[in-house]
Amino acid sequence: MGAMNEQALAKYTNNFLREVEERVEEGDWVKMCMQCGVCAGSCPFGPDWEHSPQKIFMMIRAGKRDEVLSSDSMWMCTSCYNCVVRCPRELPITQIMHGLATYAERLGLAPKMNPTRKFSLQFWDNCTRTGRVNELKLVLQVYFRDGFVSGIGKFWDMRATGLKLLLARRMNPFELLFPHRCKDAKGIQAMLKKAYEIEDRRKGFAK
Amino acid sequence: MAEPKFAAYLCKGCGIGERIDAARTAKIAEKEGKIALVRQHEFLCSAEGVALIGSDIEQQGVTHVAIAACSRRSKTEAFQFPNVALARANLREGVIWVRPDTEEARETTQEMADDYVRMACAELKKMKLPAGSPERGCSKRILVVGGGISGLTAAVEARKTGYEVVLVEKQAQLGGWAAKLWKRVPEREPHAAPVDTGIQALIDAVTEDAGVKVYTNATLAQTSGAPGRFNATIAVESGSTAIEEIGAIVQATGFSLYDMNRLPELGAGKSPNVVDQAGLESLAREAAAKGLPIRRPSDGGEVNSVVFVQCAGQRDDTGRHLPYCSGYCCNTSIKQAMYFKDANPAVDTVVIYTDLRVPGNGEDFYRSAQKKGVTFTKGRVTGVEPSGDACKVSFRDLILDEDAAIEAADLVVLATGQVANAGVDIDNPDATDANGAKPISILNLNYRQGKDLPKLSHGFADSHFICFPYETRRTGIYAAGPVRRPMDIAQAKEDATGAVLKAIQAAENAELGRAAHPRSGDLSFPMVRLDGCTQCKRCTVECPFGAIDEDEKTYPVFNESRCRRCGTCMGACPVRVISFENYSVDTVGAQIKAVDIPDEFSEKPRILVLACENDAYPALDMAGMQRNHYSAFVRVIPVRCLGSVNSIWITDALNGGYDGVMLMGCKHGDDYQCHFVTGSALAKERMSRIDETLKTMALETERVATYEVAITDIGRLPKLIEDYARLIEKIGMSPMKGFA
Repeated sequence: MGAMNEQALAKYTNNFLREVEERVEEGDWVKMCMQCGVCAGSCPFGPDWEHSPQKIFMMIRAGKRDEVLSSDSMWMCTSCYNCVVRCPRELPITQIMHGLATYAERLGLAPKMNPTRKFSLQFWDNCTRTGRVNELKLVLQVYFRDGFVSGIGKFWDMRATGLKLLLARRMNPFELLFPHRCKDAKGIQAMLKKAYEIEDRRKGFAK
Repeated sequence: MAEPKFAAYLCKGCGIGERIDAARTAKIAEKEGKIALVRQHEFLCSAEGVALIGSDIEQQGVTHVAIAACSRRSKTEAFQFPNVALARANLREGVIWVRPDTEEARETTQEMADDYVRMACAELKKMKLPAGSPERGCSKRILVVGGGISGLTAAVEARKTGYEVVLVEKQAQLGGWAAKLWKRVPEREPHAAPVDTGIQALIDAVTEDAGVKVYTNATLAQTSGAPGRFNATIAVESGSTAIEEIGAIVQATGFSLYDMNRLPELGAGKSPNVVDQAGLESLAREAAAKGLPIRRPSDGGEVNSVVFVQCAGQRDDTGRHLPYCSGYCCNTSIKQAMYFKDANPAVDTVVIYTDLRVPGNGEDFYRSAQKKGVTFTKGRVTGVEPSGDACKVSFRDLILDEDAAIEAADLVVLATGQVANAGVDIDNPDATDANGAKPISILNLNYRQGKDLPKLSHGFADSHFICFPYETRRTGIYAAGPVRRPMDIAQAKEDATGAVLKAIQAAENAELGRAAHPRSGDLSFPMVRLDGCTQCKRCTVECPFGAIDEDEKTYPVFNESRCRRCGTCMGACPVRVISFENYSVDTVGAQIKAVDIPDEFSEKPRILVLACENDAYPALDMAGMQRNHYSAFVRVIPVRCLGSVNSIWITDALNGGYDGVMLMGCKHGDDYQCHFVTGSALAKERMSRIDETLKTMALETERVATYEVAITDIGRLPKLIEDYARLIEKIGMSPMKGFA
């Protein structure tokens, strides 16, 4: 990851905007922002992240590469699409935020301790392993993320909901031992591998 | 003209007949109004009703008609009788619609209607039929001062309508600023890239047209006369002079760029790599002529980074630079950034702005620049420091709220603003303009009030920018383009087209002896009884349009075609020797005196309302249309402008027993709405002095009140009247009743 970062740095010296345009999903929209701030005012997570989308875009233009890529803002996006709907310039802001998050993760610059980043990684891992999301496993992973005792506590707090889910047959405890898989999990993994390859080639990441 | 014969017609339509006792009112017209022929009709504006009046005029030789029906602003087409003096009593919008239809209101409503009929009859008796000004000029040539994009457009548009043009340009070449540009901001779809200025085609159209007489290297040595008969003395640099007879004038003298040398903090003058927008245009033209990209002026090196500094010396609140936004410079910087991006996308172009303002379809142009990779940074530039061939641009980033800098810009372009070339400040002839230069006169008018168009603020020629943008304070002279407010090419072209059409109207009206805007078509004109004149010069000084000159004995000399018929001179005259045939101290004075004033113990005060006919009176009419009720104690008289209110009317009213006087005029000040520019301001000033008079009469100062009213104050006006009626009730009835 570090190598990839250095290589990007070298290639786009002093021009982070160009780097974003070429390597970040929907990154070529960033230059179209007119700094009206409607996205910042529309975001339900407004006070909870470091930089509003408006600021992120301004920082990209100002070449603040490290600050942008290590910002927690993209990870806090809940994909509510409020900003996308309201943006007068019709920027796909949600997609750009996720694109930036993915790119930061690839370069190893994403904030390591960010809980939503952790969850995203766990979700992706859970989903791609079998081709299906194993909800029980995902829930347990999230509960026990901060250690055994805190996990038991969360588990206990949610016992009534869990019981109801069990009775309604919405949750099957055997999934933990014998998870459902999709018909061709290997095929899905091969497909994803290919997709990564194509993306790497397109965005110019060295293999 | 034959012996005057008076007739009054009382309409009973629209509910007037049900709400008031028409027979009683008709009797009043006959007995008190002393009108020989009084008729009632169920529906006066119907074809039959109009025919009735028409046949009376024809068969009985009626010359003066009073119509008691709706407002003078309604049914004007039906009640249009040529060569007949007309007075209107407003019984509909002014009486029944503003009064509740109740039994207890019936008496006061009836009194209101009776008074309005008395007033109309009294006014009619004093009216004469205006015959039109005998002073008529018949030249219809249009003089265009200035040969830039505005002037050339004005000339071409005048030719399209078939009028001859005389064009005077100070420089040797036509084209003005537009000829100095490499390309211009597009005015048509798709607004994506700079386009050819098109100035050469305009120059060709003007120079090849035999109907346009072009003087280059020429200035106006003197302008005299009035619309339809201006005499322009044109001085050519070679020494020859020519005198041209002119109908109307378009002043399109444009702007000078704000001098960037006044901005040393932005690096101006410290490096050839810091240029203003005009400087960049000439670099672009030079480069294009050689077929090369734009080079760095200091050493001819390659340009890799350009910074555009918006609002350079503009929108300044320190008082050192221009306080206003020039409105064109954002688009211009976007265009100039495209010069670089279109030639080589690798060049970094940064526009540092505080608010990007792109009028017209500039938003599309802005977007196109963003697509091309022009970077827009919201920030305020604090300094430009050249070192060697590079410049460091320091700025405050207003989004990230931090100090930032662009370390090595090859070129810095300062977006400085427009300073109007509007000639000398006639109120302060020694004043310098924003560039510190002492302006020279452009028109060299031989008017008593000064050589050039009066200015409003920031050195721009005063044009009635809210309602009638081309109208200046000199009749027949129309300002077009950046001389009246900052603007870009697209706006200047539109402006020039509008102004030249107004100029043509002015020339046509002058030939017919009629008023120009806003009383266009009015045949009355100010008449002065010179044997009563005391040469006080108030009229010559206060005329908002500089229409009145002075002769060698300082008697006023009226130039009727320069007059807009506002009556400000009539309001100013202390000896009341100025009047119009159909609007005079007497016509209004007679109306004031005609009102029946109940005695002190009647609990029926009388409040005189003198309302500007352009805004306040229509607002009152509209209040009636919306059935907004107000006090039955007011008697409204429309006046041409509050500036025409002579203080004798006020003292007459108070002496006559009125309990209060409300004066309703337009907003004044820098954002005035007065149709006659200074009328309402003059009225306000005159009324501020009436307090003294009130004191000598032992009356409360509240008995005269002045209000600023807009045409939209439909809801506010009835409230103002109600409040004032309550105030009068509080301070009590006037002690002056019963003496007159």
